[in-house]
Amino acid sequence: MRHTWIVLLIAVAIIGLSLPGCSGKGKNDQAADQAAPQELTIFSWWTAGGEADGLNELIKLFEAKNPNAKVVNAAVAGGAGTNAKAVLKTRMLGGDAPGTFQVHGGAELIDTWVKAQYMASITALFNEDNLGSKFPAQLLDMVSSNGLIYAVPANIHRSNNLWYNVKIFQDNGIEVPKTLDEWLAACAKLKQAGITPIALASRNSWPVTHLFENLLVAVGGVDFYNDLFAGKIAWDDPKVMQALSTLEKLVAYANTDHSTLTWDQACGLVSQGKAAMTVMGDWAKGFFLSQGQKPGVEFGAAPTPGTVGTFIVVTDTFGLPAKAPNPELTIEFLRVVASIEGQVNFNLKKGSIPARIDVPTDRFDEVAKANMADFAANQLVPSCAHGSATNENFVIALNNQLNVFVNGDEVDKTATALEAAAKDSGLRGE
Amino acid sequence: MNARRVISQFVLYALLIAFALFFIMPLYVMIVTSLKSLTEAQTTSMWAWPQALTLGAYAEAGGKLGRGILNSLLLTIPATLLSSLVGSLNGYCLSKWKFRGSDLLFTVVLFGMFIPYQSVLIPLVYFLQKIGLYNTIPGLVFVHVIYGVPITTLIFRNYYATIPNEMIEASRIDGAGLLRTYWYVFLPISLPSFVVVAIWQFTNIWNEFLFAVTLTNNPATQPVTVALQNLTGSMISQWNVQMAGALIASLPTLIVYILLGRYFIGGMMAGSVKG
Amino acid sequence: MKESGRERWLSLLLLAPSFLLVLLFVYGFISWSGYISMSAWRGLVPDYTFVGLKQYASLLQQPRFIQDLINTGLFTALFLVGNLFFGLLLAVLLDRKLRGETFFRNLFLFPMSISFVVTGTIWMWVFNPSSGLNVFFSALGFDTSNWLWIVDKRMALFCVVMAAVWQMTGFTMAQYLAGLRGISDDIREAARIDGASETQIFTHILLPQLLPVTVGAIVILGHISLKIFDLIFVMTGGGPAQRTDVPGIYMFETTFRGDFFARGAAIGIFMLLMVAVLIVPYLIYSHRMDK
Repeated sequence: MRHTWIVLLIAVAIIGLSLPGCSGKGKNDQAADQAAPQELTIFSWWTAGGEADGLNELIKLFEAKNPNAKVVNAAVAGGAGTNAKAVLKTRMLGGDAPGTFQVHGGAELIDTWVKAQYMASITALFNEDNLGSKFPAQLLDMVSSNGLIYAVPANIHRSNNLWYNVKIFQDNGIEVPKTLDEWLAACAKLKQAGITPIALASRNSWPVTHLFENLLVAVGGVDFYNDLFAGKIAWDDPKVMQALSTLEKLVAYANTDHSTLTWDQACGLVSQGKAAMTVMGDWAKGFFLSQGQKPGVEFGAAPTPGTVGTFIVVTDTFGLPAKAPNPELTIEFLRVVASIEGQVNFNLKKGSIPARIDVPTDRFDEVAKANMADFAANQLVPSCAHGSATNENFVIALNNQLNVFVNGDEVDKTATALEAAAKDSGLRGE
Repeated sequence: MNARRVISQFVLYALLIAFALFFIMPLYVMIVTSLKSLTEAQTTSMWAWPQALTLGAYAEAGGKLGRGILNSLLLTIPATLLSSLVGSLNGYCLSKWKFRGSDLLFTVVLFGMFIPYQSVLIPLVYFLQKIGLYNTIPGLVFVHVIYGVPITTLIFRNYYATIPNEMIEASRIDGAGLLRTYWYVFLPISLPSFVVVAIWQFTNIWNEFLFAVTLTNNPATQPVTVALQNLTGSMISQWNVQMAGALIASLPTLIVYILLGRYFIGGMMAGSVKG
Repeated sequence: MKESGRERWLSLLLLAPSFLLVLLFVYGFISWSGYISMSAWRGLVPDYTFVGLKQYASLLQQPRFIQDLINTGLFTALFLVGNLFFGLLLAVLLDRKLRGETFFRNLFLFPMSISFVVTGTIWMWVFNPSSGLNVFFSALGFDTSNWLWIVDKRMALFCVVMAAVWQMTGFTMAQYLAGLRGISDDIREAARIDGASETQIFTHILLPQLLPVTVGAIVILGHISLKIFDLIFVMTGGGPAQRTDVPGIYMFETTFRGDFFARGAAIGIFMLLMVAVLIVPYLIYSHRMDK
C-alpha cells in the first residue's frame, strides 16, 4: 500500500516521457518528412489575413502545375516575423533547410544568407525568356551579389507614402506638398488652424525609423542615401543631422501622445480627422479601406514630400537554399512566383504591388496603380527600416537611438551615437 | 483600552483590505476584460463591468492556445515527476550517506540553481541541435530536469535532514542497506516533500519563458508561455483575447496552487525552501 | 566498516549521473560560452578566432549596455526595497492571529503561481496611459494628461518594478511570517512584562531574529532581479528610450536577431558575474554553516 503511489508515479513519469515522442514533432520526424520526394516546404511568417491568402494563391498555382508535389506551408506566427526568422536561422544552422523561405530583399538576403553561402544562384531562371528584363534593374540589384541573382521578388511595398485626410486639406486650402519646405509650411498653416498636422506612432520603434529613412532621402537624395548605407558617409554628416532636425520639427508638429500609439492607431487619427497627415508604408491603405474609406474621397495618398521621383522599396522575396532538399521543386515554385499570374494573384490579396513591371494593371485600385507607375519609372532605393538597406544589428541600434531621440534627446548627440553604432555593427567597417 | 484595541483592529483590517484590493485589481481587470466583446474591450472602460457578457474571447484564445497548453502539459508533467524522483534520491544520499567531499560537491552543484540561463543559452542550443533534441518537447523536458536538479535536491536534502538517523540505524539492524532503506523507509514518508517539490517545479516549468522561446520554434512544440506572448505580438491588439488567453494559461498553476497550496506554504514555512 | 564504505561508494554512484549532467550543463556550458565570448563569431558562420577581451571592451562602450547596467541596478534596488518592506509589513499584519488570515495569506501569495509573461501582459494593460489606471484616476478628478506611466521614460521602470513587486511580495511575506512564527511567544511576553512597548519589541527583538530570513530573501530576490527577462520583455520590450532595457533582453536581441553570437555570449557571462558576486559569498557562508 505504501508503495503503490510510488509505482504509480514512476509509471506516469515513464508514460509521460514517451507521449511527446508520439505526438510532438521531433527533429528526426521533420527530417524524415523533408527527405520525402516531391515535397516542398515553404517557410514564411504569413500566417493571417491578406498575407496568408496571397501565399495560398501562389500555392494553388504551384499545385495546379505540379500535381504530384506536396506543399508544406511552414509559416510561423508571432513577433511580426521575429519568431520565424529565429526558426529559420536555427534550421539553416542545423542543416535542415526548407525548400524556400520568405526573406526581405537587400541586406537581409545578401548579408545574412548569400554571403554566408547558404543560398544557390538562380541567375539561370532569370535568363529564361528574358525574365530578367521584366523586373527593374535596380530591384534585381537588391537580390544580387557579385553579378549573380539569388531570389525572386514576390511583391513590392512602398515605404515613402504620405497619407492625408482629404477633407482637412480641402477645408484648409492645403495643396498636397511635394517638397520639404511645402510640407513644413503646410504643417505651420494647419497648426495655426488648430489641427494636428502630423500623426506619429512611436510606441514601437520601427515607425519612427520608417519616417526617418524617408527624411534621409528627402534631405540628401538617392545617391546620398545609397552612399550612407554603403558605409561611405559618416552618420554625423551634416546632412544626417539635417534629417534629424527635420524629424525633430515634425515631431513638434505631431500628436503629443505618440509614444502610446501603434502605427495603425496613428493612421486612425488621420482617418478620424484628428490629424491631417501621416507617413507610412502602403500597407496603410489596407487600414483605411478597413475603415470603410475610399481613396481620393476620404483619404489620399502621395509620395512623401521631398521624395517625389524616388521609390523606397520594401520587398519580400523567395530564393533557393543551397541545401534545399528538392531544388527542382523550389525552382518550379520560383517560376510561379515570377510569373505574371503569380504576381497579380498574390499581390491582389496581399495589398502590395507586383515586382514585375509588365503585368496588366486593370484589377488594381488607384493607389496601387499610382504606385505601380512610380515603381516602373522612379529611382529605387532599399528601405532600411525593413531590413533591406543594412544589417540587422545596425537597424536594432538605429531603432533604439531614434526612440531615445524622439523621447527628448539632441541632434548632435544622436548623430554621434549613430556613427558609433554604424562602426560597431560593421556598417562603417572596423 | 477597548477603544484603542478596536481602532487598531480597524486599522489592521483596513490596511489588509487595501493591500488585498491592490493584489486583486489586476485579476479583476483580466477577468472583466476577458468577458467583453472586442469593441467593448477597446474603449477606455477598463474598469467597467461588461455590458454584454460574452465568452467569445475565451473561444478564440482557447483555439489559439490549445496546442500550447497541450505542449506545456506534455512538458511539465513528466519533467516535474522526473526531477522530483531524481531530487529525492539525491537528497537522500546527500543527507544520510555522506562521503568525503559530498558537501562541497553539493555546494558546487547548488550554484547551478542561480545561474542566468542566458549564460548557457548559446552552447545549449548548439548542443541540443547536435543530439537532435532541439525543438522537441523531450528536449525541453531533459533541459528542465537537469537545471532542476539543484533545487529539488536541496529541498529533499533539507527535508530528509529532519528525519532522525535512528531510522537508518534501525533499518541497518534489519539488514537493509542504502537502497532498501530508501525504498522501504524513506520513500513512503516523503510525500510532504514530494508535494512541495512538485508544486515548485510544476509552477516554474509551466511558467518558464526563456528556454521555451529559444529552444522551440514552431507552434507544434511551443509551450503556452510562448503562445501567449505571440498573441501580444500581432499587429492589432485584441485585449479581450489576450486577457482570456492569460487566464487560460494560468489556470493549471492556479489550480495546483489552490488545491495543494497549503502544503507548499507549510513546506516553505518549515524551511524546506530556505536558500 | 566495509559495508559502510561500500555504501558510500553507492551513494556517490547514485549521485553521479545527475550531478555529472549538471556539471556539464552548468560549468561546461559556461566555459563554452566564455570561450565564444572571446571569439569573433558574428553572423551565421561560426568563427572561433580568439580575440581576448575585445568583445567585453566593445560591450562596455555600447551606450545601450551602460544604460542596461544602470537600469538593472535601479530595478534591483527598488525591487528589493519594495519587496522586503511590503513583505515584512504584510507578515507583521498577518501575524496577529486574526480572522481570515488564511484567506489573506493565500491572496497575497497567488501572484507567485502565475508566469512573468502573464504578469507583464496584465500590468502593461493596467499602466496603459489611455485606457489603464488613468481612467480610474481621471474619474476621481485628477488631470492625467501627463501621467504616461509605461510610455513615459521616467516612469516606465517604476511601473515594471511595481509589477515585479506585486508578483513576488507574497514569497517574502511567507518567509517573514514563518520567521515570526518561529520566534516563541515567551520571549515577547517576557519583554512585555519588562515594560517594553510593541515597537521596541519589534525593533530590538523581532527584527534581529529575522536577519537570516532577510539575508535569504535578498539572495533569492536579488538573483531573480539580476537576470530578469520575461517580465520586461513582455511588458515594455525594453523601452521607452531604453529605460527599461536590461542585459537579459539585450542578450536575446543581439544573439537571436542580430546573430552577433560572440557579443551575446559576453553579455551572458557578464550577467553570470553579476549574479556570482551575490551568490558565491552566500554559498560559501551556507556551506560553512552546514559543516
